[in-house]
Amino acid sequence: MADEKGQTAGTQVPGGAAHEGGAFPPFDSTTFSSQLVWLAITFGALYYLMSKVALPRVANILETRQARISGDLDAATAMQGKATEAGAAYEKTLADAKARAQATAQQTRDKLAADADAKRKALEAELNTKLEAAEAQVSAMKAQAMTNVGSIAAEAASAIVAQITGKTPDAAQISAAVAATKNG
Amino acid sequence: MAAENAIDPIHQFQINPLFSDHVGAVTFTNASLFMVIVVGLISLLMIVGTSSKSLVPGRLQSAAEMAYEFVASTVRSSAGHEGMRFFPFVFSLFMFVLFSNLVGLIPYTFTVTSQIIVTFAFAALVIGTVIVYGVMRHGSHFLHLFVPSGVSPVLMPFIVLIEVISFISRPISLSVRLFANMLAGHITLKVFGGFVTLMLGAGALTGIASILPLAAIVLLTAFELLVAFLQAYVFAILTCVYLNDAIHPGH
Repeated sequence: MADEKGQTAGTQVPGGAAHEGGAFPPFDSTTFSSQLVWLAITFGALYYLMSKVALPRVANILETRQARISGDLDAATAMQGKATEAGAAYEKTLADAKARAQATAQQTRDKLAADADAKRKALEAELNTKLEAAEAQVSAMKAQAMTNVGSIAAEAASAIVAQITGKTPDAAQISAAVAATKNG
Repeated sequence: MAAENAIDPIHQFQINPLFSDHVGAVTFTNASLFMVIVVGLISLLMIVGTSSKSLVPGRLQSAAEMAYEFVASTVRSSAGHEGMRFFPFVFSLFMFVLFSNLVGLIPYTFTVTSQIIVTFAFAALVIGTVIVYGVMRHGSHFLHLFVPSGVSPVLMPFIVLIEVISFISRPISLSVRLFANMLAGHITLKVFGGFVTLMLGAGALTGIASILPLAAIVLLTAFELLVAFLQAYVFAILTCVYLNDAIHPGH
């Protein structure tokens, strides 16, 4: 209310004065001292408020936030390191288990292979013995048969000679002749 | 009276006493009122806005932090790490000029920075700080500011003369730039506003055509918003550049 009254009064009185004096308001030196005084008061107050209250407060806010952000980032990095470590440990356990399983499998496989091998060898040896025995029998029977062939030939020869000549030849001569034929 | 006010584009720069009849040495005027309003608004943003000190900022705190970081990066990039001791000073300057410019764009308000004495006071404060700090810190070595190294002795007097003139013209250019930008912008807005009222009063046809200056006002207001920010930024960055000279006088 007081402002409005002052304004109205102001528009009338100095307006007329300005027209009388013809001074351009910004160059009217009668107002300089009042402006300078109030500028000094207000700007001084502003500088005091800014430098003592506002700016340290804002700086503090920004610093706190920066500290918080970097702290959180550090924590996140640490967590990530832990996670990586856990991952590595898991991988290692997995690899160990795999290696163990593989070793067990290999052992079993080797053992089974050895068993089978042994069994096969034993079987082969048995078969070989049997084969040898059979072979020995065959050769024995062959020899027997061959001896029998000599006596049959001698008998046949003496019978043939007896038929042709009518005389019974000497057995020793016959067997000699047979042997000679057989060998010749 | 109203018509006269609408046409007279200079009226808005008039300094009026608020509680007395004439402007004395310490009279509280409309200019003083808007200085107080500007400081109040900045304090509202920077102190009330940051009072919760929350980790996740709200709107006001976010704006306050943005202003802080914007000015801090400007100071750091143009005056170096050592320049940060002037950060509260540059910040106060930037915010005062910016808020004066922005508040002045609201109709029926007074623009503090449209007064040459105010901008000149700021410029003198900046240059005064530069000289006092430069001499305090470097003594006579501060005069090397005017004597660039690697110049032939024949040219040296001219170079020194040019450097001295450039140094002296700094407060003038710094203050006139801001003052003239604000003054010209506000006069232009007022003139176009005067066109609208004149054309509306003159007749039906010109009344319809008054849409053109009205559109111009809309565009100019957007442009003035840009100028308001830009001039505050230019003022702050030039302050940093001059302070950098005080910190590192040898070019």
